[in-house]
Amino acid sequence: MFHIYCPYCEELREEEEFHPKGQAHIARPEEPDTCSDEEWGDYLFFRDNPRGIHHEMWLHAVGCRKFFNITRNTVSYEILETYKMGEQPTITAEHLAREEKNAREEKTNNAQVAEGGQQTVGASDAAVASVKGAQA
Amino acid sequence: MQRYSGFGLVKHALRHHEGWQRQWRNPTPKPRYDVIIVGGGGHGLATAYYLAKEHGITNVAVVEKGWLGGGNTARNTTIVRSNYLWDESAALYEHAMKHWEGLSQELNYNVMFSQRGVLNLGHTLQDMRDIQRRVNANRLNGIDGEVLDAEGVQSLVPIMDCSKRARYPVMGASWQPRAGVARHDAVAWGYARAADALGVDLLQNTEVTGFKIRDGQIQGVHTNRGDIEAKTVGCVTAGNSSVMAGMAGLNLPLESHPLQALVSEPLKPVLDTVVMSNHVHGYINQSDKGDLVIGAGIDGYNGYGQRGSYPTVEHTLQAIVEMFPIFSRVRMNRQWGGIVDTCPDACPILSKTKIKGLYFNCGWGTGGFKATPGSGHVFAASLAKGEMHPIAAPFSIDRFHSGALIDEHGAAGVAH
Repeated sequence: MFHIYCPYCEELREEEEFHPKGQAHIARPEEPDTCSDEEWGDYLFFRDNPRGIHHEMWLHAVGCRKFFNITRNTVSYEILETYKMGEQPTITAEHLAREEKNAREEKTNNAQVAEGGQQTVGASDAAVASVKGAQA
Repeated sequence: MQRYSGFGLVKHALRHHEGWQRQWRNPTPKPRYDVIIVGGGGHGLATAYYLAKEHGITNVAVVEKGWLGGGNTARNTTIVRSNYLWDESAALYEHAMKHWEGLSQELNYNVMFSQRGVLNLGHTLQDMRDIQRRVNANRLNGIDGEVLDAEGVQSLVPIMDCSKRARYPVMGASWQPRAGVARHDAVAWGYARAADALGVDLLQNTEVTGFKIRDGQIQGVHTNRGDIEAKTVGCVTAGNSSVMAGMAGLNLPLESHPLQALVSEPLKPVLDTVVMSNHVHGYINQSDKGDLVIGAGIDGYNGYGQRGSYPTVEHTLQAIVEMFPIFSRVRMNRQWGGIVDTCPDACPILSKTKIKGLYFNCGWGTGGFKATPGSGHVFAASLAKGEMHPIAAPFSIDRFHSGALIDEHGAAGVAH
């Protein structure tokens, strides 16, 4: 069950009050008459379907009856932010990828330390071998 | 391949069941195949089987990231019917129905296909008009169908509340006697075993991580077990199709949604047909084991999580109890979700792409299981000839730009 923060009501409400309405931020072509079939078909039917961060419109159907936007993870279903129509998301896939990259770099530094640790293990193995050799 | 038979069963019983063979091999990937099928669900395995059987192309690999038939093939509510409205989809689903009718014999594998009939209920005047139109269209296309009134429905399903007291009284139904249910897992396993016997390599735990494309021609796939080459690749990956298309730089008009189903504790035989209602939004049948198998609509939001929300389950069960007050105290045993790739016109995509040799078979949304044999059959023919099979041709991805949509929201509706 989602607990959704409506940016207009400024309250957390239960999922059943809302209806999902598909991908957000789709601009209607300014001159539909001059669109090619390709452009018009893309506008009507082709949607982002990411495995990860998705910006989508929701309707607070039995609340304020206003549309607003949600940034949500389509795998964990975690709602990352809600924002009003006309506003832009602060959390995007690129933004998270950048954060993840930074985190990974930090991890790589840690991993190098771990490798250093492993070398010590290697050294002790060699020491064991030399002891065994001495025994033989 | 060890053939299955009643006599064989007795023979193995006398040997304490120690002589059964594995149903398929677990081969290591070869560096090169004639055709690669991405996705080892029912549709993918059926495609591989018909490639080998009907077109003599046996140097085929089915690449599956998990285990065979572990996705939507394992998660659906097993309903098989062909009463679709438009000529294009009626042809496709009826093609599948004709294969279903001989499938157990063909595969030498009991897929437990049971033609117990499917009822699509009508609760309003408009429902009844739509049903009449659809049944007439079905009969013109050579598909069996009848329009029943409330009394007719009551005599088929005595336990259903067909009274005028109901909140949404049943006014009638469409009835397809040849429709029914099949054992979902057996379909995948039967195709897998038969394909393997013809030389198809089934590569499980092999995840495709990218496509090899040179000069607009597919060259093969990258996997976690190394690169595999092929000049023809068919992608049959249901809910993950958008992700796969993204790897090839393509865009598909799909949205992936969770679709839930649930089963009850096993009961004595109480319901000997399949009942669906678009209007109160639910469908139900009883498995041979005795569980009530229940499903309904998708969760409205995009999701890849293979689980759904409680409000949707609650809504589904409200509908079931509305139709069958007798089930109000049945306990539910298990509930699960699958990821279905829905298309704007509720019809699948069987299509070439702008990359030569790369084909997609996807967009089956909520109703792919019933089409498994037909989908595999026409998709295999398309891969083998390099030209889409006449039954598959109208389902090209081009229809979203040409406008030649096949609007099956009515027949697909909830009733999947």
